[in-house]
Amino acid sequence: MTWSNFLILRHEVVLLLIILAILVAEIAIPSKKKESIIHLGIFLFGIHTIIGFLPMEENQIFGGTFHTNGLIHLVKNILNIGVLILLLQSAEWIRARLITEQKASEFFILLFASLIGMYFMISSGDFLMFYLGLELSTLPVAALASYEITKRASSEAGIKLILSSALASGISLFGISMIYASSGSIYFAELVNLVGSNHLLLMGIILFFSGLAFKISLVPFHFWTADVYEGAPISIASYLSVISKGSAVFILTILLFTVLKSLIDVWENVIYALAVATMFIGNLFALRQKNMKRFLAFSSIAQAGFILLGIISGTSMGMATVVYFILIYIFSNLAAFGVVQAISNQTGKENMTDYEGLYRTNPNLSLVMMLALFSLAGIPPVAGFFGKFFLFTAAASKGFFWLVFLAVVNVTISLYYYLLVIRAMFLRTSETPIPFFRSKLYMRLGLAITIAGIVVLGIYSPVYDYIYELSMNLMN
Amino acid sequence: MNYAEILLIPFIPLAVFLVLGIFYNRIKPAVSGIIGVLGLLISTLLSIKVAYQYFFVLGKDGGAYQAIVHKTAWMNFTETLRIDMGVLLDPISIMMLLVVSIVSLMVHIYSRGYMKGDPGYTKFFAFLSLFTFSMYGLVLATNLFQIYIFWELVGVSSYLLIGFYYTKPSAVAAAKKAFIVTRFADLGFLIGILIIGFYTGTYDFELLNDPQGSPLLSWAASSFFGMSVLSWGLLLIFLGGAGKSAMFPLHIWLPDAMEGPTPVSALIHAATMVVAGVYLVARLFPMYYFVEDGIILQVVAFVGAFSALFAAIIAITQNDIKRVLAYSTMSQLAYMMLALGVSGYDGEAGLGYMASMFHLFTHAMFKALLFLCAGSVIHAVHSNYLKDMGGLRKHMPITHITFLIAALAIAGIPPLAGFWSKDEILAAVYEKDMLLYTIALLVAGLTAFYMFRIYFGIFWKKDPEYATTPHESPATMTIPLIILAIFSALAGFVPFGQYISADRIALDVHINVPLAITAVLMGIAGIGLAWLFYKKETDLPDRLAASLGKLYTWSYHKFYIDEVYLFVTRKVLFKRVAEPAAKFDRQVVDGTMVGIGNSTVRTSEKIKAMQSGKVQDYAMAFVAGVLVIVIFFVYYLTQ
Repeated sequence: MTWSNFLILRHEVVLLLIILAILVAEIAIPSKKKESIIHLGIFLFGIHTIIGFLPMEENQIFGGTFHTNGLIHLVKNILNIGVLILLLQSAEWIRARLITEQKASEFFILLFASLIGMYFMISSGDFLMFYLGLELSTLPVAALASYEITKRASSEAGIKLILSSALASGISLFGISMIYASSGSIYFAELVNLVGSNHLLLMGIILFFSGLAFKISLVPFHFWTADVYEGAPISIASYLSVISKGSAVFILTILLFTVLKSLIDVWENVIYALAVATMFIGNLFALRQKNMKRFLAFSSIAQAGFILLGIISGTSMGMATVVYFILIYIFSNLAAFGVVQAISNQTGKENMTDYEGLYRTNPNLSLVMMLALFSLAGIPPVAGFFGKFFLFTAAASKGFFWLVFLAVVNVTISLYYYLLVIRAMFLRTSETPIPFFRSKLYMRLGLAITIAGIVVLGIYSPVYDYIYELSMNLMN
Repeated sequence: MNYAEILLIPFIPLAVFLVLGIFYNRIKPAVSGIIGVLGLLISTLLSIKVAYQYFFVLGKDGGAYQAIVHKTAWMNFTETLRIDMGVLLDPISIMMLLVVSIVSLMVHIYSRGYMKGDPGYTKFFAFLSLFTFSMYGLVLATNLFQIYIFWELVGVSSYLLIGFYYTKPSAVAAAKKAFIVTRFADLGFLIGILIIGFYTGTYDFELLNDPQGSPLLSWAASSFFGMSVLSWGLLLIFLGGAGKSAMFPLHIWLPDAMEGPTPVSALIHAATMVVAGVYLVARLFPMYYFVEDGIILQVVAFVGAFSALFAAIIAITQNDIKRVLAYSTMSQLAYMMLALGVSGYDGEAGLGYMASMFHLFTHAMFKALLFLCAGSVIHAVHSNYLKDMGGLRKHMPITHITFLIAALAIAGIPPLAGFWSKDEILAAVYEKDMLLYTIALLVAGLTAFYMFRIYFGIFWKKDPEYATTPHESPATMTIPLIILAIFSALAGFVPFGQYISADRIALDVHINVPLAITAVLMGIAGIGLAWLFYKKETDLPDRLAASLGKLYTWSYHKFYIDEVYLFVTRKVLFKRVAEPAAKFDRQVVDGTMVGIGNSTVRTSEKIKAMQSGKVQDYAMAFVAGVLVIVIFFVYYLTQ
């Protein structure tokens, strides 16, 4: 392993160093000045995000266990941007935890550890590395979900997450063992040529697949989502719905498109069924939600159903649309969670009825929320429209017209409940509206980045072209 | 020729519109008026410069003026079919540039006096600039689509300006009426454009008008309901033109449009926008002429002749002076259409085309002048009706003299402008068809009669009881009157045939003496009758009206065309079509939608129990899900 080979681990190594730095800071900084750890964490991660954009060569190390290419590199950067926005939006909440629970560095260490797990997961070249990455990305989040130990709901969320994810990884691991049993290899590069249509392998794929479906919260593996999102701190719910889901979707797409490409006739049926179930169940549940976090949880389940439309095509265009959608989804969903976070920090209110009349007292926050929901609902000209439009185009280009039709029906349903929130904010009046407040600098910065993303991605087309080019390189 | 300079001509008014529109509240009225006038002054000077360069510096090439086209592709549809944006300079577009510039400039100057003290002063100038920009764009368009875009923009600005006094219900109604009627005609225009684009593969005027354009003529052979598809397309385009130029039966909006401020009537509804229909036919004239031996031109000629007579008859009985002028405008526009309709293409045969454009030019001057004079009168007596006027020649000498010049010009009395252009039209029609010539001659007489009817009614007769003595308008209003009067008097001496002809080769025009004498006698007869009837208060008109009986009543009520439209829309369309459709929409369509919505919500309620909150249940669902998928795929799909 030469130095230049080692450099493809740059993301992982830098983030590991940041974790170490925070550990040292935790020891070195006196307890009165612990607040500076928040600034340090955000600052270091900001640097990490920026240097992440330095070009990286396509290569593999550890005998093909770990590899990287243009698209993987891009996805890591997208995840970084998402986490950075999340950190900015969470700063105020972490500060509050510092006062009540006397801890701040844990948040960064656990979160970054989980992110490293995701890096490894999406860079993995075999099932072993993949599994390790998957676990590393999940376990710290379970701890984070129960971060607010004084709150019962938070602990419950942590327990539910760890139990569910243990089951999911067990089944997934069982599936991997079946794949190994029927093909004799765990290396993706070799598996490409080994997979053939036999029952054991099919079963293995389905079991393995359900593990990832759990992370993406596809129906019927989604039950944990709403309970965990509701109980966990908003930052963690947001992390689960955006970063965790994004990386899992990406690796699923890669595996289906490259390793299991020859079995497309099989898995496209699985995806078809799951897409329909996920869109309908997610939307129908979202329709009734009164709590904003639960509402966003089901909305994110439905969004995952839409993503499957890009995956089902199995083409490089499908790959590009999935990555593009993830990018847009990160901005849109983080904007929505950011507003919920800001209001929750200030007032502790999380219900939709609390948002009535918000436009009168906090017009800016309402407008951010409106843009975010428009983007999630897919209303032109904001980015979300193009994301969905491209996904549907990808599915339609392979002849899945019924699926696209069902998806459009679901977009209509989703429009209804997204507009419910907008109606509450803009058209309803309240006796006791949330009073005007000014968010902290970090929060405003975080929201500003998301809004810029939503608007710019809707107008600036070269981003998609770039992603498409990378996907073409990967698929051919 | 400097392309940038040409582009400045339309873009200066656009800039003025944007500045006045955006800083609407912050600009003092006095300043906004000056900005408007200055902007248009520059555009006018540039137009004159362009015209000078085109006609005198570049001159003819091979005996004919060549079209100069600057364009860029805006939207590509297929290899050949695309929409360009650009400017097209040829004799008629430059002539229109001059007309639009001069009249618009005069109206701008005039409006500074006329609109003084109006709360919407800045808005008014902003709209005027928007209109002028749109009109320039229309005139300079290089292809059918571009002209259509500006055609609609012109329609919008006309709508805004007719409804300028938006607190007045009649103004709002008139604005809507104008917009809807012309929109209806424009639908035909758009379909015509699409047909022509589809069958010829181009929207470009130069290609469409190429007399040697063989691909066009080959398509002309494919027939549809007795005519070639291209003829249908041209007929539909003429429908659009007829809507804008107020040809029967799409004329109903023009008289109502007089609800707008009078300078607007002068600019839009007399000199510029309403001639767009004539301009459109002239723009595509070679195509009209060559497709199926000009079958559609015959339609144009007959619609023109009928509308001219129809409008002239109505004009005689109206009492609102602006309405008289509106019907007069309609009649004169129809005259131009008639001339186009009877025209040929080569050399002497193209006299009608040249005469039509000539009349368009002179008419713009004297009709704008008539409207501005009417505005000046209305400004003084605060009424549109003849009964409130009389004896004003003593109080308003400048308005009186300029109105007289314009009235003589439109009556076709030599040596004023109208004489020359009208004579060419009559000569062209005479060559073609005796019936049409007779109608045209009759219209000439009627024109002189109704014009002098209001002239005597306004300026002679005895004074009614004026509340305050009327006085002459301020200089900002009279100076444009004087300038336009000079144009009205002298415009006829322009050797028009040298510059504008159907085939762009100079045409030597000479007066056909017997025809000219007949026409002038007809005009004088009309004036004489009017003098007899209206110089002094007599009961002659009433007796005449009584003896004409039905014809008078029908004319007074504009032949009940509005009532016919109302009947068709209210009784037939609304009652028989719209109401049942609305019912169906409410009960069946909405009912279905609401039903679907409700059942969605109910389903959502029913499946609520699935989310129990127990991890055990979740695990069960998880495993069950995996099993179902496994069973489904392993044991069914692989069989």
